[in-house]
Amino acid sequence: MNWKTFWALFARDMRVARRNLVPTLLQTFLQPIMFVFIFGRVMVSSGFMAASYKSLLLPGIMALSMIFTGVWAVAMPLIGEFQFTHEIEDRLLAPIQNDWLAIEKVIFGSMQAVLAGLAVIPAAWLLLRPGVELSLSSPLVFVGVTLLVALLSASGGLTLGCSISQTQIGLMFSMVLTPMIFFGCAYYPWSALSNFPILQKIVLVNPLVYASEGLRGTLVPQFPHLPILVVFIGLVVFDSLLLTIGLRQFRRKAVS
Amino acid sequence: MLAGIRTKDLRKVYSGSPPLGAGGGFGPRRKSKDQPSRQIVALDGLSLEIEPGEIFGLLGPNGAGKSTTVGILTTRVRPTGGQAEIGDFDVWAQQVAVKRIIGVVAQRPNLDFSLTAREILLFHGAYFGMDSRTRAARASELLERFKLTDRGEQLVAGFSGGMMQRLSIARAMMHDPQVLFLDEPSAGLDPQTRLLLWEIIREYNASGKTILLTTHNMEEADALCQRLAIIDHGRMIALDTPTKLKASVPGGFLLRLRFSAYSDELLGRLKALNGVREVRVQEDGEMKEEKAVDVYADRGGSLVSEIAMLAELSDVHISEPSLENLFLHHTGRSLRE
Repeated sequence: MNWKTFWALFARDMRVARRNLVPTLLQTFLQPIMFVFIFGRVMVSSGFMAASYKSLLLPGIMALSMIFTGVWAVAMPLIGEFQFTHEIEDRLLAPIQNDWLAIEKVIFGSMQAVLAGLAVIPAAWLLLRPGVELSLSSPLVFVGVTLLVALLSASGGLTLGCSISQTQIGLMFSMVLTPMIFFGCAYYPWSALSNFPILQKIVLVNPLVYASEGLRGTLVPQFPHLPILVVFIGLVVFDSLLLTIGLRQFRRKAVS
Repeated sequence: MLAGIRTKDLRKVYSGSPPLGAGGGFGPRRKSKDQPSRQIVALDGLSLEIEPGEIFGLLGPNGAGKSTTVGILTTRVRPTGGQAEIGDFDVWAQQVAVKRIIGVVAQRPNLDFSLTAREILLFHGAYFGMDSRTRAARASELLERFKLTDRGEQLVAGFSGGMMQRLSIARAMMHDPQVLFLDEPSAGLDPQTRLLLWEIIREYNASGKTILLTTHNMEEADALCQRLAIIDHGRMIALDTPTKLKASVPGGFLLRLRFSAYSDELLGRLKALNGVREVRVQEDGEMKEEKAVDVYADRGGSLVSEIAMLAELSDVHISEPSLENLFLHHTGRSLRE
């Protein structure tokens, strides 16, 4: 393992991210902020939603922002760099095993996802207050869930970014991300699906469920949520699965 | 450390379409009947031995297997069979060690569009573990050498094709590699830049570096390469110095003729002419009365008047001794086809 090269690859991504800071921020925060405003503020203050919905919503929005940021940060550059601009070739020729380039991308994407997730909490809290009741009872568990969710998003980004072509980006949104979001228990707790028992089982193949429920369980444990152990198992399984598939797809793309 | 390149029986079969980098010239003609469909043989047992410190050229038409060869030697293409070594390293088994000593200029621009020209060089140097002071000095030197200093702080997205190509070559030289691969380096360059590039390549070679370049430009192969391999359909057709290769064409001159009336008797009389070494009829399925005839001879223009006495000519094309003639002689096809 060649740390100098690894760090240089990381530094390159940092430079590019800094150059694209404003669009990246808008992309990360505009949608969750609008969502928080409409559902948490407009709907609650007009009486269509109960006031407690504010607290229920916040962890879900955090999970969504993290997943979106991580997937976007890893998948989008990969799709372009492999298929259109071939920019990645220079880094594939760097004196380091190709796998490390993929791992660097995943670490970088995870980092961005953590930052996005952590930034959503104060932003949403400011927008929603008063009435948000967060209780961070076990910070270590929260850190663990957050890191696993970040890794989930970046590994998912690796898998998607190395599996779909440029022309399928629209399809990725409508076929993969949109259903994931709506059936990801971000806007409602998993227990709310108890009237739809079959659906409630099916959505368990959606990794976002574990992200939303995990953050809900650690930030607003007063609401019903999946047991933390189940969350951890779910996240670890999906993290390993997506990382393995992602690396395999990356190798296929890197060498013809 | 001086490093040469060796390949032995190198084979590459693509299942599905080959990547863009490996040339767009693969046509249906590559599919032979005994292979399952969509299998494309890009390299069919290529063995090369390139000496350390040599400028070696791979010459061939599009789809001949040039880019695939470079792809395998630069770890980007997995060989289907055979061996490839650079210096003491097996390319596929010791990828990291190989990547450390090679520099690569791909056929298509693959610059990092999110970075400025100078950053591209600096980060490339960083990938190779160069310290920041050496990096900065070397980047400035290369920008100057390639006449890009005034564009150094600009993003490369707005660069012209020629500028991108120059920067790609500068980047490949940034970490001072022992072996430099140039895949069609002068494609799309104006004549002036091409000369600058040739000068830089010769200079780099003078410092003991091995250079492998692919081209379908005969002038370039002639001007730069100490030895040349002519390849077609993934196989070696000829290998020697440019001068010797040119001399290997019977007579050297090639006259491509068309007659309005054609007969076997005419062929015999052509062969009997003084200086004619070989006469070939092009089998391109046109009307029998109007066949193209290739005449290899040791003189050009002065033969035409004698030929015109034998039969009525409808078209004449004379080529001086060149690699193009060599290619035609071996394959019956033009390099430019």
